Amino acid sequence: MSRTVVAATTDEAVSGVEDGSTVLVGGFGLAGMPFDLIDALIRQGARDLTVVSNNAGNGDVGLAALLRAGRVRKVICSFPRQSDSYVFDELYRAGRVELEVVPQGTLAERMRAAGAGIGGFYSPVGVGTALAEGKETREIDGRTYVLEQPIKGDVALISAHRADPLGNLVYRKTARNFGPVMATAATTVVAQVTDIVPVGHIDPETVVTPGIFVDRLVRAEARRLTVQGAR
Amino acid sequence: MTTRVPERTDRGPLTTDELAARIARDIPVGSYVNLGIGQPTRIAEHLAADAGIVLHTENGMLGMGPAARGDEVDPDLTNAGKVPVTELPGAAYFHHADSFAMMRGGHLDVCVLGAFQVSHHGDLANWHTGDPDAVPAVGGAMDLAVGARRVLVMMKLFARDGTPKLVPACTYPLTGAACVHLLYTDHGVFEPGRDGVRVRETYGITVAELRERLAVTLVV
Repeated sequence: MSRTVVAATTDEAVSGVEDGSTVLVGGFGLAGMPFDLIDALIRQGARDLTVVSNNAGNGDVGLAALLRAGRVRKVICSFPRQSDSYVFDELYRAGRVELEVVPQGTLAERMRAAGAGIGGFYSPVGVGTALAEGKETREIDGRTYVLEQPIKGDVALISAHRADPLGNLVYRKTARNFGPVMATAATTVVAQVTDIVPVGHIDPETVVTPGIFVDRLVRAEARRLTVQGAR
Repeated sequence: MTTRVPERTDRGPLTTDELAARIARDIPVGSYVNLGIGQPTRIAEHLAADAGIVLHTENGMLGMGPAARGDEVDPDLTNAGKVPVTELPGAAYFHHADSFAMMRGGHLDVCVLGAFQVSHHGDLANWHTGDPDAVPAVGGAMDLAVGARRVLVMMKLFARDGTPKLVPACTYPLTGAACVHLLYTDHGVFEPGRDGVRVRETYGITVAELRERLAVTLVV
């Protein structure tokens, strides 16, 4: 895409998301969750969304708030059930949200494939299980693999630690998780960061997501939240 | 009948901590290891500090340290169970596609998983009870079951109602087929295989008693 735009507000950063979009949402639990972009998306009002994320919301914030607002038609994730996933659990049991469960590594790789222009791949994960039912299988060198399709997003909402105005991103610790993969896999990639430093102030050797993948950037304060009941 | 299987009938079944310590003893020096959510995380407390074992957590870290306490808690640094943890010198962070390439690509030496059931062929069921009201959640269990070079299972041999969890065929949905190399339980250590389940050692029970309570073929 074109050069990265630094948005003045989170509302500007998520403008134009259409109803029915597939939205990749970064984060593992609450680490790396783009809270401010999700809050802005709730205000923006897009509905009938398919959300792709590792979890299906924790507590009442972030993805859980988007679910509670009734904007999500379908969740594609690896691990919806958590001690504090009550918002999703209630919607799921009431039949108000669809669920596609995908093994965690397959979820990441399906997005990686989309971002890398790969039309699908054969994985050994899930062979012989319910999650491979109905999928094409193939034997390669004596081992059975299942064909997995790419997952491409219309929008990716991710969180990183630091950026420069060119969109180069640096992450922090395990909050990196899905960010670098999702940044490659959506038509419009929006990153919220705690800090935007001048061009030249990030050591090029430490850039994890090069700016070519990032369309919009916005500064937002980090929220220090952890998953309830994780101890 | 005579058997050379060590039968520790002078004591009861292993406690969870004793079982964690027993598994820790079998993890080779210098291994890259992933400990599953729940009981297997307790194995970390029993790994010798000088064994050079590097812990992998699938959310994107090698060199994971113990759980964080007090001021050490950093919301950006958690394990796969979302518990705040610490980093050890030499730690490395990476994204999810790399993290699972470490499993699928055969780079991870050992994983230890919990289980609902293990079959005598080494099939593993640990992600879903199949109950229509339950919310299914697989996480990284299938990736680990298929990807780690050695898959160890840590579980109680019997459910609370006394039903065996080592079974002829899993009745719960599978996580992986014929993937379990060794099964560590409170009552003994077992090696699933085509010709039956080899008993390595028992705790608080004899092989003869196990034969009465389990519906699988036991080999000694």
